[in-house]
Amino acid sequence: MKKHLSILCALTLGISLAGAAFAVDSPSEMLPNPLQEKRAETIGAQLRCLVCQNESIEDSSAPLARDLRRVVREQVESGKTDQQIMMWMTDRYGTFIRLSPPFSITTALLWIMPGLALLSGIGLAWWQFRQRNTPTPSNDLTEDERARLAALTRENKS
Amino acid sequence: MSTTSRRKLLTALPVVGASALGFGFWRMLHGMQNGGFDPRAVNTPQLGHPIPNFSLPGLPASVANADQTTGFNASELQSQHTPILLNFFASWCIPCVAEMPGLRIIAQEIPIWGVAYKDKPEDAAAFIQRDGSPYARIATDQNGRAAIDWGVTGVPESFLIAPGGRILWHNASGLTPQLFDAEIRPLLAPYR
Repeated sequence: MKKHLSILCALTLGISLAGAAFAVDSPSEMLPNPLQEKRAETIGAQLRCLVCQNESIEDSSAPLARDLRRVVREQVESGKTDQQIMMWMTDRYGTFIRLSPPFSITTALLWIMPGLALLSGIGLAWWQFRQRNTPTPSNDLTEDERARLAALTRENKS
Repeated sequence: MSTTSRRKLLTALPVVGASALGFGFWRMLHGMQNGGFDPRAVNTPQLGHPIPNFSLPGLPASVANADQTTGFNASELQSQHTPILLNFFASWCIPCVAEMPGLRIIAQEIPIWGVAYKDKPEDAAAFIQRDGSPYARIATDQNGRAAIDWGVTGVPESFLIAPGGRILWHNASGLTPQLFDAEIRPLLAPYR
């Protein structure tokens, strides 16, 4: 049983690692300097492949993604900063190319939604909690009702 | 709040919410059908901006007419006195094949300059010569680098360029005479 479990763990780990593998088509695409290659991969992972749209250019095997990967590597090699490379991309393709869009009027709702959801959840919970703690009105008859009931039963008897 | 009005509110909330969602989805689907809404469209930031700098070669003389071998560059496009329609295409692209008959009709009204995107020059030449070329000028972008500067994400893609070289209009899908009438013709009016 224990052996099976460890095999299962190894498999799960293997699959999750395979999922993280990048789509760089051939080693010749990679930069010889591992530090620069790492930087290029980090930048590429933040850029949307405009053909597949839900993949980064590092993950996608679309020809345009391959071209953009090459552009990123050329610019990393020529000593451009991450910010300059991002600017180069957004100048051509707009902020849509950034998988993580910058905070602005149009993206404000997107960014504050988690906080908003958490706050409204806490608010709802607090309201419910307070609701539960307020004593429910007693179901016992009031003094007036008791008197009326007594009068009615007396009437019936006579 | 009385109990009845609270009940009414609680009943109405999900109904109103679902109706709003339904209306929203209907609008989107309707827009996708008639072309008014394209969830995959990439809004080019270049709209209203000057064209990027580029210089592209033409087709090789061995496969093309003499006027198709010169290619063109940014300054030639800027120095035109009438608006120009720039069209990125490729012989390997099915929507481009479908677009061609429409382009030949549009070419009677406005000069179209074509850029063969990531295409072998001989394939591009054969493609445009097969049924008659709609292009007044032709250039080739074999490695697709100029297309990236234009913010092109795929073919076919078209741009309307004002005299002086400002991008007036952009479309990331096939161009049709209907689309030309609806969106480009009104933009041409000030230049007539």
